[in-house]
Amino acid sequence: MSYFEFLGQYGDRILSGTLVTMLLTVLATVLAVAIALAAGLMRMSKNGLVSGTATVYIEIFRGTSLLVQLYWIFFVLPLFGITLEKFTAGFVAVGMNLGAYGAELVRGAILSVPRGQWEAALALNMSPARRMRRVILPQALLIMLPSWGNLLIELLKGTALVALIAVADLMFQVKQINGTTFLSAQTFGTALIIYYVIARFMITPFMRWLERFMQRMVGRA
Amino acid sequence: MTDEDLSGFPLALEGPDVPMVSFRKVSKRYGELVVLDALDLDVAEGEMVTIIGPSGSGKTTVLRMLMTLETINDGVIYVDGKPLTHMPQNGRLVRANARHLREMRSNIGMCFQHFNLFPHMTALENCMEGPVHVLGMPKKDARERAEELLEMVGMADKRDQHPSRLSGGQQQRVAIARALAMRPKVMLFDEVTSALDPEVIGEVTNVIRQLVARHNLTMLMVTHQMGFAKDISDRICFFFGGRIEEQGTPDELFGNPQKERTQQFLSAVKEAA
Repeated sequence: MSYFEFLGQYGDRILSGTLVTMLLTVLATVLAVAIALAAGLMRMSKNGLVSGTATVYIEIFRGTSLLVQLYWIFFVLPLFGITLEKFTAGFVAVGMNLGAYGAELVRGAILSVPRGQWEAALALNMSPARRMRRVILPQALLIMLPSWGNLLIELLKGTALVALIAVADLMFQVKQINGTTFLSAQTFGTALIIYYVIARFMITPFMRWLERFMQRMVGRA
Repeated sequence: MTDEDLSGFPLALEGPDVPMVSFRKVSKRYGELVVLDALDLDVAEGEMVTIIGPSGSGKTTVLRMLMTLETINDGVIYVDGKPLTHMPQNGRLVRANARHLREMRSNIGMCFQHFNLFPHMTALENCMEGPVHVLGMPKKDARERAEELLEMVGMADKRDQHPSRLSGGQQQRVAIARALAMRPKVMLFDEVTSALDPEVIGEVTNVIRQLVARHNLTMLMVTHQMGFAKDISDRICFFFGGRIEEQGTPDELFGNPQKERTQQFLSAVKEAA
């Protein structure tokens, strides 16, 4: 079977898997960004309970395997009465894991905003919440965007693990195809290329665009 | 903090000549290092006081304490008769809480050595930020006020530029307008010309001269520009080792310094200039 014949026969399933992978990536990204912001800000709290909670979260989700976390969320949580549909369990696990890494990016970026910015905001008598929202976060966002580009590529690749709980993503589809056809080079080769194309020609250009957009907003471009 | 003995300090300053700013036996320490040692300093309403002295003499700390960027270890600071660092509670002074600090801080504005303009806002937005988001002014009024002030500092034509497009002198002038937009009673200038190229220092000092001439603002300034200080100050305080070594009118202090350390400092500065 030529490669074109292969694509003609299995293209639909590969395409549908690709769309699932992209949807998982988007949903996990939204969750990861929300968690990263919350946990990153919580870690900087003066309240020990608040910062401690964030630290424990970050330690657990950075310090253990994403696959084990995925299995926990899908297979163990139901024992405690929390049952998630497999697609949901998939993006929640990936989002929570990458969110823990993102929290450190958020914290690092906030800390690298020059001290004078905090002082100027205080001299204008802004409340702590307003200082953060109006002055510090917009600048921190610009600082952390390049690192987020990296993290989102990690996230995309992390979504491949959800195939192991039978979410019909790209990885799941090519595994199925390989199981019946044994065309390993064609199936996994195609998957490899598609993951690369999403990372290189969709995520990276999008992040570059976002960086330029943000720079224009702050008048730096 | 609770065992602090503040019984000697009044809950508020009253009388006909209450100073706008009053430091009473204020000390600041970092561990063993004494930055300010029982400082007493009164600044009258409308007075322009300049603080000079060698680095490490505590002069910038005076301004930073007044802006509540630094806490104090002993003593009490009063602004417009009311305690700044403390508040009255059950007939005695206790450490100020966040709410009291916010209320008192509205009396004070500050300009910094490195300008600290918000880089993600235009000159106009920098000047509107406080009035709109802290004072709750309608945007239209805040814009009017900001435009007026930018006009006054000669930056009206650059109002839509971000700070990265402005020179140091221009940024500092916007920073002065930004602080004035909050209508403070006391303005603090912390080495506002120290980070500037020599050729643009004049555009900033001219703005401050104009403020002194036309407005009844109380001002405290830390500077190394002795000629400028001499021209516009009502009083010069020479700081040394966390204390006021000598103070007087510019003519007294520059023309006829009494203390040896003052003489040494002034001649060293003169040689460098």
